[in-house]
Amino acid sequence: MSGIRALIVDDSSVMRKIVERSLRQAGIEISQVLEAGNGAEALTVLANGAVDLIMCDINMPVMDGLEFIKNLSGVANAKDVPVVMITTEGSEAHVVQALSLGARGYIRKPFTPEQVREQVIPVLAGK
Amino acid sequence: MPASNGRHQDWLPLLNMATTEVFELMLGSHLTAFTGEDAILDVTSMVGLAGALRGVMSVRCSDSAAALMASKMLGIPLEKGGPEIADAIGEVCNMIAGNFKNKISGLAEGCMLSTPTVITGRDYQMHALADPTLEIRLTFENLPLVVSLQIHS
Repeated sequence: MSGIRALIVDDSSVMRKIVERSLRQAGIEISQVLEAGNGAEALTVLANGAVDLIMCDINMPVMDGLEFIKNLSGVANAKDVPVVMITTEGSEAHVVQALSLGARGYIRKPFTPEQVREQVIPVLAGK
Repeated sequence: MPASNGRHQDWLPLLNMATTEVFELMLGSHLTAFTGEDAILDVTSMVGLAGALRGVMSVRCSDSAAALMASKMLGIPLEKGGPEIADAIGEVCNMIAGNFKNKISGLAEGCMLSTPTVITGRDYQMHALADPTLEIRLTFENLPLVVSLQIHS
């Protein structure tokens, strides 16, 4: 597994950096990290190029993570791109909703690099 | 523990656990109980709770502690007052609030969180029509840290 392009969507720039570091600590080789502060910004990023992995928060201003996933079906660059939610929302209802909308993984904050590895490696391998 | 339990003091251990987990997992820091005298805490982060539980979660600390939190989260040294510092302490408060509600039956799905608000400076007073208030006083890397939950309902 080497050189993926990852899109990290979170309204906290600090959290985006932490997610990037956790991906690298998980042994995932990243060639480029793209960032977005909410779902609408992420759709704009995707309109300009394809990525291999999307890590996405749920609670964000403008467009939240669940609304973002709903909108992905109409984005050519997002076809078959795995989305892993990474969020403080920890209820089973949120997990079920995210997975039913197409998310492939779900990580609750706070999290460890091991949890990132467990969720992300399988979805990248199965891509 | 169910959300309908009216004895909110019972939630103090859960608030403590939610806080210590965030600091251990995300900052690699072990928190201890604070037993010193009142200190100047000039950075306040707040997250609103709505729905099954209405209130405000807040984290208060010194600017030195806030800078250290951001530094530990990002893995780089930081000066006081940078934009990353407000972002970091806001995210810490957000994770404590989320982790806390996820520990209480009925709150994980029934309680929503606002995006964080961060206030810096010491010349202000906060008045809230809230009762009761749960508060824990902790030490983060020898610096005081106060986590409060004001409950509106």
